[in-house]
Amino acid sequence: MSEPLLSVENLHVRFATRGGEVHAVRGVSLHLAAGETLGVVGESGSGKSVTAYAITHLLDRAGRIAEGRILFAGRDITRAGRHELRELRGAAISMVFQNPRAALNPIRRVGEQIGDALRAHTGLTRRAARERALELLEAVRIRDAAARLDAYPHELSGGMCQRVMIAMAIACAPRLLIADEPTTGLDVTTQKTVMDLLSGLIAERGMAMMLITHDLGLAAQYCRRVAVMEQGRVVEEGPTAALFRAPRHPYTRRLVAASPTRHSTVADLVGEAPAPAAPPPAPRRGQGPLLEVQGLRRSFGRVLAVDDVSFRLAPGESLGLVGESGSGKTTLSRMICRLLDASAGRILFDGEDIGAIPASRFHRAPQRRDIQIVFQDPNDSLNPRFTAFQAIAHPLRRLEGMGEGPALRARVEAAARRCGLPLDLLARFPHQLSGGQKARVGIARAIATRPRLLVLDEPTAALDVSVQAVVLKLLDDLRRQDGMAYLFVSHDLNVVRMMCERTIVLRLGRIEEEGPSDALFAAPRSAYARELLDAIPHFAPERREATA
Amino acid sequence: MSASTLRHAGYVLRGNPVTALAAAGALALLFVAVFADWLAPHDPVASNVANALRPPSAAHWAGTDQLGRDILSRLIHAARIDLAIAFAAVSLSFLLGAVIGAVCGYLGGMTDRVVGRVVDVLMAFPLFVLAMALVAALGNHVQNIVIATAFINLPFYIRFARAEVNVRRNLGWVEAARASGEPHLSLVLRFLLPNVLPAMAVQISLNLGWAILNAAGLSFIGLGITPPTPEWGIMVAEGARFITAGHWWLVAFPGLALMLSVLCFNLLGDGLRDILDPRMRT
Amino acid sequence: MSEARAQGPLRRAARRVGIRLLSALPALFGVLVFTFILMRVLPGDPAVFFAAGAAGGQAEIEMVRQQMGLDRPLPEQLLRYLWDVARGELGMSMTTGQPVRTDLLERLPASLELTFAALLLALGLALPLGVLAALRPGSPVDHLVRFLCTLGVCVPTFVSGLLLVYVFYYLLAWAPDPTGRLDVFAATPPGITGFLLVDFALVRDWEGWRAAAAQIVLPASTMALFVLAPLARMTRASMLAVLGSEFIRTARSLGLSGRRVVLVYALRNALIPVLTISGIVFSTMLGANVLVEKVFSWPGVASYALDALLASDYAPVQGFVLLMAAIFVAVNLLVDLLYGVADPRASVA
Repeated sequence: MSEPLLSVENLHVRFATRGGEVHAVRGVSLHLAAGETLGVVGESGSGKSVTAYAITHLLDRAGRIAEGRILFAGRDITRAGRHELRELRGAAISMVFQNPRAALNPIRRVGEQIGDALRAHTGLTRRAARERALELLEAVRIRDAAARLDAYPHELSGGMCQRVMIAMAIACAPRLLIADEPTTGLDVTTQKTVMDLLSGLIAERGMAMMLITHDLGLAAQYCRRVAVMEQGRVVEEGPTAALFRAPRHPYTRRLVAASPTRHSTVADLVGEAPAPAAPPPAPRRGQGPLLEVQGLRRSFGRVLAVDDVSFRLAPGESLGLVGESGSGKTTLSRMICRLLDASAGRILFDGEDIGAIPASRFHRAPQRRDIQIVFQDPNDSLNPRFTAFQAIAHPLRRLEGMGEGPALRARVEAAARRCGLPLDLLARFPHQLSGGQKARVGIARAIATRPRLLVLDEPTAALDVSVQAVVLKLLDDLRRQDGMAYLFVSHDLNVVRMMCERTIVLRLGRIEEEGPSDALFAAPRSAYARELLDAIPHFAPERREATA
Repeated sequence: MSASTLRHAGYVLRGNPVTALAAAGALALLFVAVFADWLAPHDPVASNVANALRPPSAAHWAGTDQLGRDILSRLIHAARIDLAIAFAAVSLSFLLGAVIGAVCGYLGGMTDRVVGRVVDVLMAFPLFVLAMALVAALGNHVQNIVIATAFINLPFYIRFARAEVNVRRNLGWVEAARASGEPHLSLVLRFLLPNVLPAMAVQISLNLGWAILNAAGLSFIGLGITPPTPEWGIMVAEGARFITAGHWWLVAFPGLALMLSVLCFNLLGDGLRDILDPRMRT
Repeated sequence: MSEARAQGPLRRAARRVGIRLLSALPALFGVLVFTFILMRVLPGDPAVFFAAGAAGGQAEIEMVRQQMGLDRPLPEQLLRYLWDVARGELGMSMTTGQPVRTDLLERLPASLELTFAALLLALGLALPLGVLAALRPGSPVDHLVRFLCTLGVCVPTFVSGLLLVYVFYYLLAWAPDPTGRLDVFAATPPGITGFLLVDFALVRDWEGWRAAAAQIVLPASTMALFVLAPLARMTRASMLAVLGSEFIRTARSLGLSGRRVVLVYALRNALIPVLTISGIVFSTMLGANVLVEKVFSWPGVASYALDALLASDYAPVQGFVLLMAAIFVAVNLLVDLLYGVADPRASVA
């Protein structure tokens, strides 16, 4: 590495905000040789994206480079002027962004947008640019590329939009490509095809890539070197295999441990033994499953979201529902917790057909307190005008008719304590709580009435891995101790494998495969489940080879 | 909650002198309207033809009109009637509109689509013409000005409440409230509406200004309130005849009164948004 | 998908307009019923009014009532009314003694000319101001625009119009006597379109054109000032939102020139919301016409309706409301059509 392509030296970035200046990047140094791939991983707030935007001078108005140097091909571009930047961007350094659909101009045909990228740096005529755009669309392997040239972004899928974005990024053969969370929000199978394409193009064209991601597996699988960032600093950097095999920095170690892999258990994630299980609920004689779903269907207009789904759930059992977007998993979970009516089919809870009670009247049903739900995004699952206490107390007041008083306070505090929520946080409003704390409040609210069935709708999807690890541990312990049954909805197969005894794989509203988690994950029978499993990026290379 | 709201309001006002000024202006306006009888230096309807069309002077700060009446006193008394109309109209349309809109937004479905369509059509219609026609149809009375103004404000509240509730009704915390057994009506009234209120407060404040303009406009063209009742719109209408002769004060002062009161409510609306949003609290 | 494209934007737009026309029918019907009811509940018996003109007695009133069909049951009256409207038969004005349709058609160009002049003026000022303000947030231009926006919505048109008259007619004597479309002594152009500015230009009478322009400047400015604020505010807000959006960042990351980013990427997107509110703005202006026409004695449809209204002559009022409704439907169709062309995401549904 004699002459690095990109050198970031002691970079500091500050943002002017309402509450004063925020020091987002604190002395980051990174080096990238020509043709090399570097993964920059970190959780939210680590400053990884800010670093990327500082390199291309795309920070928003409030941010500025306070200190440090950025060298590209030996040239100092820290204070590059407008003209110099225009020459640089797209032609020497280009970027691929998160959320590809929003990253494309909604009212311009994709062919024209690629043409714009080309014509910004070459003297191509409109027609020549169009021909070149077609070649690029073919290079990113978009089917029927000639027709897609005239498509608008909203007519393309998210994965296709990201391919268009990649086509634009490589249009002028830059030497460095910075990809900022390029696959966040895409399904795992789409993620794999996009990333394979991206890394293939990079290698083929001898470009260097800086991959910004929160996903250790992704960085490990597609980058030769990895830098780990925490709170605006690079805490550890090194060759991928070595770094993940023997992380030196405590933060890296925690992060690696907290990331679910094909073999980890919930206890591994946080490095604590599971809570001792309470004696299993005494099996009530002559009684069947806690929940039985028969031939459930739901259509929205002409679209069949859930199509003939049947399964059973025993008391105290944990069942996982996995699937990609559009698989109907969320619709199914909403129907089971009676927030949504089914178009056809039966939902038997304790042998009683609760599906016959319309969702609009279920709030008065006696089973309401037995079926509770934990929502996906902790940010919007709490009423912004309720304190944590009021949020947890709400189901108790409504479903158990408890009034204000010491009894209510005791129940709320008990629920909070069970969820590891410090009692002094109970007086706070949601905006005064962290993401993990909000998740705990949401769980405490759901278990406050001591339900027998807890529906968990992607309960950790919006959380950082280290927070996810703690929340998963909490959920696992709660179930062991309380004997609740879980219906665990997730797109993350590893999480479901750890949390659930049985797993159902959904695809386009139908059950694709069902079985005990261990068996299903070790040897999936359906091709789709195998494809899903194969698409998960891993950061434990030796193990991957072992299973491959 | 209310103590913290007040504290937050104080904090915001200190940081936003314009909002503080607007709030002070709105309060002053209310004060003038309530205590018009004590504040006005002269009888607003006592004419004195000998003293007609005099420019502003020490005795008559805002001059006198074509009948020799003291313009300042008329302005002060007019504040009462104009504000009363605006408040009555806006409260009426807000109460009705917020509830209709929130219920429609929550329920969705066919009713919601029909209401939404009607509201869209109404909003795009020339509303002042609608108000004119309504007053003409219902009769030339003050209460009909209120009804007409309320009616043309209504679609804004319905649409606003509907849109705001619509984006929230599938949020986690609303579904959680349903899972906690909250009945629908109380979910709309006690959960959704309070969360929509901050945004609506802005609308209310802006609409107050608009309602004042509307009422004044109606009386300017000769509908609703009849002379010699002091009212800003009528005062402008009466002064209009004398503007080409250079008697500017007959129009300028009621015009200024209208402008300042509308300005106060508009600025207050923008300020309210900051105060009522709990996310801005630290 | 390729089929949808093969359909072409024109066909899509045509479908949109067709569907919009259909969905406008209930609105039009609503307006018709509304005007009908308006006609029935209006205070003062028209028959009494009409007959009283001839100082007639009870018998005469009854006769007039029969003539006007006021003695039939209401549903029948409504049907007759709809039939009349369908034929463009809007009744007679008692004050002018002419058919309402004739009166309205005669005065409509004056109103439209004023409204269009004002709209052009307002757009010509609001768009550049809004864009400039958004490009340099916090700059003097931005502060000026925000100040104008705040102030603009606070001044009622009838006050700003009168103050303009005071300054430009009384004090500076730059503007002509603020009454009517043309000096009473000036020669009127041949009525080709009814728009004075267009007609004078067509016959190349530039002196007359200047006179007509001088007359329209003040009322048009008054109205333009009134809608300047919402237009500029919207332009600024939508331009700011677009400039902060992710695809602008993409365009910049690809090294597109600043001008191209602003004009092709930002401005085109920012104009879409401005387009959608310009329909509402036009409607507002139709309403504001009533006030402005009164202030400037502008011989348009609004002042005609207003005079009739104050004289309890309601056939013109009803005709005016119907006319407004028709214009309103037409304008919204136009906006819809433009929107469908400007935004490929607009779907028929």
